[in-house]
Amino acid sequence: MTRIRVATTWLDGCSGCHMSFLDIDENIIQLFDRIELVYSPLVDFKTIPENIDLALVEGAVSSEADKEEILTLRSRSKVLISFGDCAVTANVPGMRNQFSVMETLSRAYIENSASGQILPSGFVPKLLEYSRPVHEYVTVDLFLPGCPPPAGVILSILNDLIDGRPLSLGGKTRFGA
Amino acid sequence: MRYPAFLQRIADRADVQPVRILTFSINGQAVSAREDETILSVARENGISIPTLCHLDGLSERGACRLCIVEIKGSPKLSPSCVTLPRQDMEVITNSDRVLDYRRKILELLFTERNHICSVCVSNGHCDLQSLTTELGMTHVHYDYLHTRHAVDASHERFSVDHNRCVLCQRCIRVCEEIEGAHTWDVMGRGYLSKVITDLNQPWGESTSCTGCGKCVQVCPTGALSEKGKSVAEMTKKRQFLPYLKLMRGDESR
Repeated sequence: MTRIRVATTWLDGCSGCHMSFLDIDENIIQLFDRIELVYSPLVDFKTIPENIDLALVEGAVSSEADKEEILTLRSRSKVLISFGDCAVTANVPGMRNQFSVMETLSRAYIENSASGQILPSGFVPKLLEYSRPVHEYVTVDLFLPGCPPPAGVILSILNDLIDGRPLSLGGKTRFGA
Repeated sequence: MRYPAFLQRIADRADVQPVRILTFSINGQAVSAREDETILSVARENGISIPTLCHLDGLSERGACRLCIVEIKGSPKLSPSCVTLPRQDMEVITNSDRVLDYRRKILELLFTERNHICSVCVSNGHCDLQSLTTELGMTHVHYDYLHTRHAVDASHERFSVDHNRCVLCQRCIRVCEEIEGAHTWDVMGRGYLSKVITDLNQPWGESTSCTGCGKCVQVCPTGALSEKGKSVAEMTKKRQFLPYLKLMRGDESR
């Protein structure tokens, strides 16, 4: 059986959605008979490959690097899922949106810094004006809300996708869950 | 209008001043109603569910949230069922594609106006706004968020108000005026710049009219009004008192 090529990525988020994915426990063994993880923070590939069947995107789009990542991933993926509240709504990363980038940076690097008190330049990706949901940049095929989405829901959605069954979340996960 | 007692006894007699009973239909189902009942109330009596946010049993209707909109045959516009009275032979549709589509859009727009972050909210899991996303099948917000900046007022000894989470349903205003009789809360500004205020836009803790009863906190549908000391998902609201208070006062006008 040919395995479908799955990519996952982690933009501006806490990695909690990826942790919830790992919480499917031993089911991961059977799942990996059916999928091949071709790009992910969980594996060691450094560049986004071509011909991805399914991409899971955790996190909001907050920096130039996030934006580049999501545009490339979208162009190389057949199906793209907004994975968790940060990807769907901008969630916690979006809480900075009512402040300017400068206010946010100085809060983190100057007001609350015991030493150094230097704003980052060059060595970290430049923040965009707003932290935005993924669908404000690219077309999203499925929205999987939850903070994080429960492991069981992630597993059943992946199996439904692989088997070509109709997708329905039916209230099994919600914003903030 | 009150008459002198001897006339009032006659005015109160149902056989002399009967309340008209109307018949009309909801989703093709024939229903009967008193002429002074709202479409929402008749629908619920007949087991037909219509989603609401600003409505709360025991408070007057405000028609603020528009989530209870229904289609009325012959009318080009959608009508909020909580403030629309039925007419004889009216045909009401509560679940057409058009109605469901507009309800979802209204809900999404509520999310764009303020900063609703369910995952870090005191009311996570106990929030009327959050439940509506599941009920109405809202998967994401199609519109741009406004990213407006809103204050948190924690000046009151026991309660706080976070305007980021307010949906302007005005339940707090109504319960404070109609049940507690203090009228501490009101609304200022227009459109999306509106906000609920205490007294003349003074800090809640400095309000001279607030009795500290906490009814506004209990009726608030979201985490906008909460008790201090509650962390994420810990704020459950107790609203059972409203219908009883209304009944004990014999106040059927609301």
